[in-house]
Amino acid sequence: MKPATQISAAGQPAAHLRLVSDRAEGAPAGITLSGVSKTYRTRDGDVPSLRPLDFTINDGEFFVVVGPSGCGKSTLLKMISGLLPPTSGEVLVDGEVVTRPHGNVGIVFQNALLLPWRNILSNVMLPIDMKGLPREKYLTRARDLLKLVGLEGFERKLPWQLSGGMQQRASICRALVHDPRIMLMDEPFGALDAMTRERMNVELMRIQRETGKTVLLITHSIPEAVFLADRVLVMTERPGAIAAIYDVPLPRPRSLESMSDPVFTALVQQIRKHFFTQGTLD
Amino acid sequence: MAEAKSPSGVSRVLNAAWVRPFLFLVVIVVAWDLSIRLFRIPAYQIPSPGDVVAVLWSDWPELLQQSWPTTYATICGFLLSALFGIPVAMLIAGSKTVESYVYPLLVFSQSVPKIAIAPLFVVWFGFGIIPKVISAFLLGFFPVVVSAVQGFKSVDPDMVDLARAMQGSRFRVFCAVNLPHAMPAIFSGLKVSVTLAVVGAVVGEFVGSNSGIGYVMQRSIGTFDLPTMFAALVILALLGVILFWIVDRIERLVIPWHVSQRDDIIFAS
Repeated sequence: MKPATQISAAGQPAAHLRLVSDRAEGAPAGITLSGVSKTYRTRDGDVPSLRPLDFTINDGEFFVVVGPSGCGKSTLLKMISGLLPPTSGEVLVDGEVVTRPHGNVGIVFQNALLLPWRNILSNVMLPIDMKGLPREKYLTRARDLLKLVGLEGFERKLPWQLSGGMQQRASICRALVHDPRIMLMDEPFGALDAMTRERMNVELMRIQRETGKTVLLITHSIPEAVFLADRVLVMTERPGAIAAIYDVPLPRPRSLESMSDPVFTALVQQIRKHFFTQGTLD
Repeated sequence: MAEAKSPSGVSRVLNAAWVRPFLFLVVIVVAWDLSIRLFRIPAYQIPSPGDVVAVLWSDWPELLQQSWPTTYATICGFLLSALFGIPVAMLIAGSKTVESYVYPLLVFSQSVPKIAIAPLFVVWFGFGIIPKVISAFLLGFFPVVVSAVQGFKSVDPDMVDLARAMQGSRFRVFCAVNLPHAMPAIFSGLKVSVTLAVVGAVVGEFVGSNSGIGYVMQRSIGTFDLPTMFAALVILALLGVILFWIVDRIERLVIPWHVSQRDDIIFAS
């Protein structure tokens, strides 16, 4: 299965827009999972959450995982960020085995999870404070990111003064401020209304193009997955395993019109079949 | 009577936050006075409000002087319960092992009536300030622990994961996420605690003391001097209200971001 090749051609933003720092060449970039499985030990015995998974996410790729609820998608995300050790196998990020939080990820959850006592700017600065990096150095970057997502002028506002969509955009800035290679997004737009959600999809695609990050996004929405992804991984029900991985051959940049493309609808249909034969998608 | 001429001025005064409880108090006092007159309750059972006010008026230097030891014991006991209660709550919320050992015992100890063991403190520590402080501390401690444990435990685990994924050390994550998150709960515990600390200090004074409001009450009951006893009750209530108000003010300063304080912030967007 070839990774989408068109990303490098169409997805390369102009140099001045790239917010990525230059990385040392040599190490195999991206995320590699080899034989990674997870079993939770509980009082009632072992509960398998993920069956052994093998796949690679390329550097700069937009990789989307769809699957029924409870199939271990969030476990996957925690293992890649180093919060949770796999029961077997190993996770490699940029060629290095993940054993503990490595800080090379930005995480966005379904809820924006902004700290209510910090204003938007200092919420965005949270990773900098956690890592103990010099604040002054990153303040400009935080402001630039807020500008990038259209939150200029809201720096001093408290989270509750912003709408749900705006809060989620701020949390995307927080995931990007320390310039990680990888963005992990766990159903980031699940709590938003349908219209905001579509707008956020377009915006996320633009942010990913402008920053060149590797994105692993988890979603329940098949159209959203196909619309955003370079590749879509379909998972089975618990314990989760790979049902299939699809290339999305839609050209970039995509707009909401891409959703009426026959390629798009055919792929959505095909992915949906997995869940109709398996059961239901939550 | 400038207000009387402008109705907006009168209604503003009537609607001021501090006037309402005051008006309610006036209603209660009037009802008290009326029922004594109506039901012909003798003065040795319930004194009339007038007598109580008379005592407050004539004996206020003595009452004021006696309220210092009580205030002092209350504040010391309250500060101790905050000083010990919050770290204990941190340990209980942070470790399942500590919780399983300590929490049931804490609840168990709470069921022991403090007034029954207060004489023990007199035996151990004499008639000085210490037994009163301990008594105030014991009453104030429990609500702080329970609320703070609740506060520390209600942190969204995703939020903690998020901070930990940024390589935040345990201490940094705690200071940036857990502690501020627990503040509203801690303050609600402190508010309960401060009023109970007053009770604790008085209990301490009941069982063995020669000063303080509790001592005044004990003495006046012995001599059937009910107006003085009621005057002491009024002083105690005032003490509780003032201390509660101080904690409330501090809360506003410390957690201005909380939902309960939001009406103070002007929405500007």
